[in-house]
Amino acid sequence: MTGPTRLIVGPFNRVEGDLEVTIDVADGAVTAARVNAPLYRGFEQILLGRAAHDAMVIAPRICGICSVSQSVAAARALARISGVEAPPNGRLAADLVLATENAADHLTHFILFFTPDLARACYAGRPWHAAARRRFAAQEGECARSLLPARARFLHLMGLLAGKWPHSLALQPGGVTKAIDGGEKMRLLAILAEFREALEAHLFADRLERIAALSSPEELFAWADAAAFDAGDFRLFLHIARDLDFGGLGIGPPALASSGSFGLFGPGLWRGGGEVLPFDLAQVTEDVASAWMAGDTSHPFAGLTRPQPDKDGAYSWCKAPRLGGTVIEVGALARQVVDGHPLARTLVRNSGGGSVLARVVARLVELARLIPAMEDWSRTLRPREPFCTGPGPMETAAAAGLVEAARGTLGHWLTVTDGYISGYQIIAPTTWNFSPRDGSGQPGALESALVGTPVQPGEATPVAVQHVVRSFDPCMVCTVH
Amino acid sequence: MASSAVSSPFTVLWLQAASCGGCTMSTLAADDVGLVKALERLGIQLLWHPSLSEESGTDAIAILDDVATGRVALDCLCIEGAVLDGPDGSGRFQILSGTGRAMKDWIAALAPRARFVAAIGSCAAYGGIPSAGLNPTDARGLQYSGWDPGGALGKGFHSAEGLPVINISGCAPHPGWVVETLAALALDDFGPDCLDALGRPRAIADHLAHHGCSRNEFYEFKASAARPSDRGCLMENLGCRATQAPGDCNVRRWNGYGSCTDGGYTCIACTNPGFESPGGPFQETAKVAGIPVGLPVDMPKAWFVALAALSKSATPQRVRSNAHSDHVLVPPARRAPKLP
Repeated sequence: MTGPTRLIVGPFNRVEGDLEVTIDVADGAVTAARVNAPLYRGFEQILLGRAAHDAMVIAPRICGICSVSQSVAAARALARISGVEAPPNGRLAADLVLATENAADHLTHFILFFTPDLARACYAGRPWHAAARRRFAAQEGECARSLLPARARFLHLMGLLAGKWPHSLALQPGGVTKAIDGGEKMRLLAILAEFREALEAHLFADRLERIAALSSPEELFAWADAAAFDAGDFRLFLHIARDLDFGGLGIGPPALASSGSFGLFGPGLWRGGGEVLPFDLAQVTEDVASAWMAGDTSHPFAGLTRPQPDKDGAYSWCKAPRLGGTVIEVGALARQVVDGHPLARTLVRNSGGGSVLARVVARLVELARLIPAMEDWSRTLRPREPFCTGPGPMETAAAAGLVEAARGTLGHWLTVTDGYISGYQIIAPTTWNFSPRDGSGQPGALESALVGTPVQPGEATPVAVQHVVRSFDPCMVCTVH
Repeated sequence: MASSAVSSPFTVLWLQAASCGGCTMSTLAADDVGLVKALERLGIQLLWHPSLSEESGTDAIAILDDVATGRVALDCLCIEGAVLDGPDGSGRFQILSGTGRAMKDWIAALAPRARFVAAIGSCAAYGGIPSAGLNPTDARGLQYSGWDPGGALGKGFHSAEGLPVINISGCAPHPGWVVETLAALALDDFGPDCLDALGRPRAIADHLAHHGCSRNEFYEFKASAARPSDRGCLMENLGCRATQAPGDCNVRRWNGYGSCTDGGYTCIACTNPGFESPGGPFQETAKVAGIPVGLPVDMPKAWFVALAALSKSATPQRVRSNAHSDHVLVPPARRAPKLP
């Protein structure tokens, strides 16, 4: 190959929302990448001046796939502002709703967004291709055909607990609006049992508890090798991932962070050592050097959103969040690493950061950990005891609401003046992961993860670039909002 | 139906304009099997869909080009999300990635090629949430800006089959609304008389969200909820607009079991133009002299006031008590039936 060439890759489908990636290619590999979020809708502007509780209607509509996560972040901020606390049932029910969304999103990513690329014609020469085509092909593959119905029936939890999904108003600062009665509690358990059966039959071909307990890469691949390579879609994925070296592809930044979730996954910042540092929100800033936005780098409580479409040097609507000036990766992998899951930690240590393999594995391990926890929470619900406390006073105050969405840490920084919203800044998981360069020229997590990705001669939409991008499970509609 | 599935499928091209993706997410649960299979059963094929198709990048652009130039025939163009005109009429707030071309221009090029054009969700129909407040992106629907005809394609737009844009509104719409409307189009079973005055399928919009509400007894006695999670009627205090909102929301089930009012929260009339800007807080009922400003549709105010006063005075203690609790405090009386 001769001198560097530039490719503009888009529309990038099978990600949530609009994404364009510009890559420079030399000698068969990416040398630099720029990530553009080409859609701006202006939610932070729309929210200003509305009654504080209107955030519960507007914020979830930022995103149809992280709708509940947006609700939870807004509800947590409003709860802190108004000094209300949900009763135990309200907390459990809200956790169930959030976990349902997280789990459904993890499954959606695997069956609809990520694995169809493994069935592409460019892999026709690989010994596993016939199996990949049969299981993973877009629209026709057996994996999606068997698990989409399971996903739809799993979302019956949303019908019971939240009225519908997406875009529910059931989540409120004081708990949930829907109280579960004794019969509904049993139905929750029946729905969870059915979903467990589907995951254990098709996705894992093993017990969820066995997947959750896989404790090292050696054990992971020994488990994979203990049955036919296509016995379950997770095994088939691992077989392909080893052949395509997904463990060495798409290496993310060495720092990973999580705000913690459900009291099940601990919070913190992990930089590769043994210890977990605090995830210090005071250190969060948003830099607008490469964003079509006016203003300066600021903490989200001081941040503004003012579009400047013709700004020199800008190439995305996305701001660049940084933690103490450094780039972090968020998501299921970060949650599992911070929580100390031994498999996730070793995978990241071995490659010096997240990889395509580690991200996909962590998502499925998390799915296997979530369902048994949801079974426990459902059994713990106490019908005939309260699910919600009344709304508290909304006067003048500011608070942040943090939540772990499927794709990672989501924060709402909300200021209320005399009951009305006077400041609203949102940093979504993919804002962290897919940010553009900051003022010091430091690329975002995906931008650096793409460097070194192989590009085959003649590829206009390089398949390995697609693997790396989709391994993050980006949600672009949340990213810019 | 079977013959159309065998001969040539009814083709659908689905694009996401300024959307949250929620309409797609809703349809992924269609009929408990997913959009692809639900449509396929009715002889409908997705030519390309942003969440479901293999083709990315140049392969996807080739499909759009083929339709825009007429090389490939298209039965229905489905647009999810509002059309952004800003900044300053440039459409730069949404460029279709990889093409350098504004989404609004792609839609203008594709719509005349389709036999039918469907707006999926309230954003594509009327502008929806992105058009709230000061409408920072100049968001609008395909053929409406709020209540005003016009929108991105213009008031006079008719697709090749002579129909205006079909507005499958809702935020997000029920997956059945999308599947059943596309199926009726595919079966040639949908004409101008199937649309209401705002372009919505009458099969859905001839109902009110109130029809079938499980809080009916509380509504009848005006036994009203006072705070979130109360079992009482949500209309008097908590902003419920179900008596004014088109939709069969409570006649069918959402995600197997639910609906907004069954979920314990208020109907925000998300199938209507302008739902995003109700003029006051969403979860509070605007009142003048204690009477809700938004009365049940077709109901004369004097009768509403008279009946409400009468039914409040007739409210059984059981209904009154249960209205202010999140679970049943007082069960219905147990008495042996009187026999003739």
